[in-house]
Amino acid sequence: MSNGGWTGTILRVDLTTGRISKESLNMDWAKSFVGGRGLAARYLYEEMDPAADALGPDNKMIFATGPMTGTNASTSSRYMVVTKGALTNAITTSNSGGHWGPELKFAGYDMLIVEGRAPVPSYISICDDDVRICSAEHLWGKTVWETDDIVREESGQHDTVVTCIGPAGENLVRFAAIVNDRHRAAGRSGVGAVMGSKNLKAIAVRGTGGVPIADPQKFMSAMWEMKSKLVEHPVTGEGLAAYGTAVLVNIINESGALPTNNHQVSQLEGADNISGETLADTRLVANKACFGCTIACGRVSQLPGEAQDKFTVTTRPHNWKIAVEGPEYENAWAMGADCGINDLDALIKANAMCNELGMDPISFGATLAAAMELYETGAVSDEQTGMPLNFGSGEALVAMTEKAAYREGFGDELAEGSKRMTAKFNRPEFFMGVRGQEFPAYDARAIQGMGLGYATSNRGACHLKSYTVAPEILGIPEKMDPAVTEGKAEITKIFQDATCTVDASGLCLFLTFGVGLDEIQPQLEAVTGISYTVPELLEVGERVWNIERMWNQRAGFTGKDDTLPKRLLEEPIPDGPTKGEVNRLGEMLPEYYEIRGWNAEGEPTQEKLASLGLA
Amino acid sequence: MAKSLRIIPEKCTGCMQCELACSWVQTGMFQPSRSLIRVNIFDEQASYAPYTCFQCDEAWCMTACPVNAISIDADTGAKVVGDANCVGCGLCTIACPFGTVFYNPDTQKAFKCDLCDGNPACAVACPTGAIEYTESESADWLGGWAEKVNESYLTSIEGGNAA
Repeated sequence: MSNGGWTGTILRVDLTTGRISKESLNMDWAKSFVGGRGLAARYLYEEMDPAADALGPDNKMIFATGPMTGTNASTSSRYMVVTKGALTNAITTSNSGGHWGPELKFAGYDMLIVEGRAPVPSYISICDDDVRICSAEHLWGKTVWETDDIVREESGQHDTVVTCIGPAGENLVRFAAIVNDRHRAAGRSGVGAVMGSKNLKAIAVRGTGGVPIADPQKFMSAMWEMKSKLVEHPVTGEGLAAYGTAVLVNIINESGALPTNNHQVSQLEGADNISGETLADTRLVANKACFGCTIACGRVSQLPGEAQDKFTVTTRPHNWKIAVEGPEYENAWAMGADCGINDLDALIKANAMCNELGMDPISFGATLAAAMELYETGAVSDEQTGMPLNFGSGEALVAMTEKAAYREGFGDELAEGSKRMTAKFNRPEFFMGVRGQEFPAYDARAIQGMGLGYATSNRGACHLKSYTVAPEILGIPEKMDPAVTEGKAEITKIFQDATCTVDASGLCLFLTFGVGLDEIQPQLEAVTGISYTVPELLEVGERVWNIERMWNQRAGFTGKDDTLPKRLLEEPIPDGPTKGEVNRLGEMLPEYYEIRGWNAEGEPTQEKLASLGLA
Repeated sequence: MAKSLRIIPEKCTGCMQCELACSWVQTGMFQPSRSLIRVNIFDEQASYAPYTCFQCDEAWCMTACPVNAISIDADTGAKVVGDANCVGCGLCTIACPFGTVFYNPDTQKAFKCDLCDGNPACAVACPTGAIEYTESESADWLGGWAEKVNESYLTSIEGGNAA
């Protein structure tokens, strides 16, 4: 038994029967999967049939913290939502910051496992030991922000933290998000739709307990060392606080890697209009930190008077007079560049609405981009869309954000995500993603390693599972040529494994701009009292990656799914600094399988599984 | 001249490192519910405001205490709860106009900021310099801040009338 980090208790709520139970954490698993994404994947692998319907009662949702969550290590805010994704039908691991994860920990739980389906709209209220299932009939239809206000009020406690779904989750929008602290989201793969399918509107938590540390002296020195390094690093110490993640807009655009107009081209005209620099100069009112974070990359923006009345969304006038969060780089790209839009005010409004209505702005924006290509090629008509959906239309973006969340008109098609939508209109080649999930903001033709990362990502296309943009574009930790395929299989495996470890710890991936497992290792060891070497931590990551892969195999995925859309493999980038490039996945994938210890079909070998303790 | 805790809310990012540090001093765990400095987050106004005891010259907590359990530390000027004398009646928590004296259900005593014997953990932990422990003529830094807020409020009302 450990004497720090983990609380040692799991909370389980069966919404079908109303049964609430507390059980001891399996400490063997805790040791070998650490927590968060890893530990939750272990539990999901054990407990659930991966072939179950993502939107049926047999799907389970695990809300998991890590041993570092709630400590004063920098970026200790993270929790993971691990479940079968409504967008992807694959295992998903959606990560969020804010205050909810630490609060669950302070209430005394490492994880919350939600099962079944409530007979009526419900929410879970947790105040330390006191856990209840409450009626949410009066909350159904409410936005995220309204729900947050009402549930906190009902809890009678100022410090209650709420995570919830908005109308998008209720309406089973395939890319609905779960949003806590009003603006922090477990965003991708449709975790919000899974929650909606369970009739679960919100989970309110208030915790008054504490997180103990096994070796305080060692922890304090390791913790301060990492904080100092984060301050000294130009990205984590200065860039992210000043300009947020959207500082990447100009960098990626100039690299010819900013997918534009549904990946037809890879540079956006007027990209600087939606950059972090322009945001900071014109609309930013503050930068905000998640719990425990010394980086504070969060953007808080506000529209000035003349911009408040732009666009015809008239149903929520109050919203444009208050400070809202975002936009972040990915959102600025998906709803901006990918839709050919360079109007920052349109992005601020659409992004805030995504938070308010509970939708993933990446998949929403990318789906709208695919719809715009359908529209411009005549695959859908004005009659079907109800309004012109031309690339570059901020008006269309803002209007469709609301329509998608409520499944109104053409929004009902968007709400299915771009894979299902483009298939319905007989243009499946317009789907830009992997395993049903839309790409994030980096053109894999311009950055070879990202193509391999997307193709093999267990939760579908994702920038947060192997961010080789760091070496390939930013030169962190060392510069690699984005145009070559050599060495990318190896770096992708290392990044995937290391990312799993960070995601299991309860820390935020963003700290890896400035530090790595060398700095995390002594902290994790001191917090838990369990000795881990850096190679052992990498092996934890590899174990997590493989168990997710095994889970997906059982769900029906094979090596054939490790691929990219034809556009990225066969249609060269038409213009700009990366003109002529395609992604050469075929040069990297076999080597990747080999390095992973998988067979030619992409299945983990018995030998590999045995070495990871998974056989 | 004594040192006092000064809070500059404009610099706060709402990261809670001050609460974590304070709670560590109080309980030896990371337990924000036992922190003596609290950060209030006003999302719609983009405002994050840490507040704690600012060691009033005229300390109502001391006046209210029926057993003289609160004394002034000679070195720091902090108003300090003596656990040996405190009977846990909670009158000081009610008397404090700022809500910065708390009742600890674990120890059944009042507890409040004692400036960590002259090295406040919250100021050390703050990554943005929003909490400073500096020399100042008066501990009453809040007065100046309130005046500023008041002024801008009055201006906004006048502006509203003119329109």
